[in-house]
Amino acid sequence: MSCYEIVAREDFSDVTYLLEVRHPMMAKAAKPGQFVIVMLHENGERIPLTIADFDREKGTITLVIQAVGKTTREMQQTCRVGTSLHALVGPMGIPSDISHAKKVVCVGGGLGVAPIYPQARAFKESGAYVIGVVGFRNKDLIFWDEKFRAVCDEFIICTDDGSAGIKGLVTAGIEQAIAKHPDIDEVVAIGPPIMMKGCVETTRPHKIKTMVSLNPLMVDGTGMCGGCRVKIGDTVKFACVDGPDFDGHQVDFDDLMTRLRRYTKEERMALDHWEKEKAGKADKGCRLKKTIDNAVDGVKS
Amino acid sequence: MAKKKTIRSIPQERTPMREQEPAVRSKNFAEVACGYHPDDALRESERCLMCPDQPCVSGCPVGINIPGFIKKIGEKNLRGAYDILTETSLLPAICGRVCPQENQCEGVCTVGQSLEPVAIGRLERFVGDAAIREGWANIPYIEPNGFKVGIVGSGPAGMACAADMAKAGCDVTVFEAFHEPGGVLKYGIPEFRLPNEVVDAEINNLRKLGVKFECNTLVGRLFTLEQMISEMGFDAVFVGVGAGYPTMLGIPGDSLNGVLSANELLTRCNLMRGRDFPNADTPQPMGQRVAIIGAGNTAMDAMRVSVRLGAEKVYCMYRRSRQEAPARAEEVHHAEEEGVEFHWLTHPVAILDDGKGNVRGMRCVRMELGEPDASGRRRPVPVEGSEFDFECDLVVYAIGTNANPIMGQTSGLKLNKWGYIGTDDTLATSLAGVFAGGDIVTGAATVIEAMGAGRKAAASMKAYLGIRDTCKPYDQDKEKLFGIGLGERNFARVKVA
Repeated sequence: MSCYEIVAREDFSDVTYLLEVRHPMMAKAAKPGQFVIVMLHENGERIPLTIADFDREKGTITLVIQAVGKTTREMQQTCRVGTSLHALVGPMGIPSDISHAKKVVCVGGGLGVAPIYPQARAFKESGAYVIGVVGFRNKDLIFWDEKFRAVCDEFIICTDDGSAGIKGLVTAGIEQAIAKHPDIDEVVAIGPPIMMKGCVETTRPHKIKTMVSLNPLMVDGTGMCGGCRVKIGDTVKFACVDGPDFDGHQVDFDDLMTRLRRYTKEERMALDHWEKEKAGKADKGCRLKKTIDNAVDGVKS
Repeated sequence: MAKKKTIRSIPQERTPMREQEPAVRSKNFAEVACGYHPDDALRESERCLMCPDQPCVSGCPVGINIPGFIKKIGEKNLRGAYDILTETSLLPAICGRVCPQENQCEGVCTVGQSLEPVAIGRLERFVGDAAIREGWANIPYIEPNGFKVGIVGSGPAGMACAADMAKAGCDVTVFEAFHEPGGVLKYGIPEFRLPNEVVDAEINNLRKLGVKFECNTLVGRLFTLEQMISEMGFDAVFVGVGAGYPTMLGIPGDSLNGVLSANELLTRCNLMRGRDFPNADTPQPMGQRVAIIGAGNTAMDAMRVSVRLGAEKVYCMYRRSRQEAPARAEEVHHAEEEGVEFHWLTHPVAILDDGKGNVRGMRCVRMELGEPDASGRRRPVPVEGSEFDFECDLVVYAIGTNANPIMGQTSGLKLNKWGYIGTDDTLATSLAGVFAGGDIVTGAATVIEAMGAGRKAAASMKAYLGIRDTCKPYDQDKEKLFGIGLGERNFARVKVA
């Protein structure tokens, strides 16, 4: 039985953390733009997480996660070096088209910074001129800037409060890049839907091809439930097998954002239930005594 | 000498099988059909006339020796009955529960010409359950033959193929994308029709045969079919990945919150323990007034799950009439007993928004049956001016599925124009050594047909690998080598001292 062991962990902030997981076959097969589905334990839910990096020699893949809901918070608490995930499957999705773009802007907002990294690296390896634009709320939340500088010809940091780089959203960074380079072939933007929508509207008047990576709710990730369906132009596509990359100018972001709110009530319930459970466990008495009692009962029966 | 059985001497009425009462069972997920008591099985086995024609055997998609196993039940030799069943059907506890017997063996039963047919399905289930309870699994020692076989997909087609190849001595590995094996038997068919324990028991029997299961493996993406043959050392591969890509209606309001495919509803409930939320983490979408579109087995499952999950009202909308409904007769009957409201000849035209992106209702139109279409069924035609609105808060589509696209995207397999894998009569695909069967070849069908395809592919794979069934003697006149008949008499027997 495969064991998806965590071999490294880094905390970038009190909500963002990195997990490096051993999976030699997946490390060999993973390509930029692909994602995995993870289950923390056997009663867990299946959640999609983009592959932020892969090391084919070491045999590991890297996930960068934001603790938002019950599962990602529980993972933040329990996933230490040496622990394992119950299920890990991938690499899923159609790999990004690292096309023959000569000049490309790779944009990552918040958590999108991690998944845009392998794309930037792949474009660089294919010989393109890479302009990296990343956005964080403030300078304390910045991570991986060295990694980016290593693969980008130009690197623009944007912070909401101006504590580092440009003051503004990543769209300000894109505008700066467009103003300086009239010959940009492609923009790739990954981040929260509202950010991707903003990027797409920024590039639309300039008619620059903009690829986005969509993140709807998913269950199986293999194209059999339709939960991740998104509207692309006149058609409906499943982000897990027809994506996750799509032409940003065709995406109906409002529909995506509405569907992402589908389980807000249940998400709240799950968190409340978990908090209650943790509080209950805290005052359950001496664990050693319980272990002894259980063992004695076992012998008696 | 035993008195010869005639249609008048056998018990005239079909032995009833105990079922949970509708009012009770609509609140629990325990099995509805409780199975036969040994006395019931004995009595029902007497109803088989052992007629010379045996239409039941040809009515069965895999040709089970039905009179044979029924005779053993009559002799109170359940182990013998199990042995006969497992010569052809490897999963009797499953097939007895989910086969549409009324269209297969029982539909052509001789007794059924004048009385109710012999309850073959119930008898098969009885034997299958006894085997699980007693732990019988026909596991002889099998000499390994050195061939390595890969099976993609752990649903009924893959499981049947795996069993045959393992019995022939191959080293078999089954790859499954989900975290648990079983395919549609696990995620699709609910607990109250097919308990997951029964599925797991059959899977364990496969493990005892030496079959290995690798879950969390998405073939096509983690590695390709071509890599399996060229790099990973597989000598032959069977693809049974199913046709799960759900069809959406494409009407306004399709993407509102509260519209989902039956596959999603069932997977969340059956596989992801959605009904235990929040003790399990996957939320279960449910509503008070649930409308299911469709009348196949999947639709019936979705309706009956909704009843059990607490919906006040569950509606079935189907654009044709009850006669054309594709679901198994017993499922429609059970759904009606459990309080599902059927609206035949009704079709949705739009799903209505509550202004916040959620479902508040549906607009439907009445249909009438016109001329037959390509499938032979009468085509439904909307009745002018018959549109009406009604309130609902959850809409579930169970109107069919398409081929899963991943195999087509990641390999050189030739597909047909609908996206299903192209195969010849032997179920060989366009890639040498790769065979395919089940829904991914035929489109959505039944468990028993998938199993039949798995077995057929296994026979072809054995021929492809040159594995011979050493228990079968050469046919004297038909099989020749260099013009010499291979029948027994052409060889001298040499005794080894």
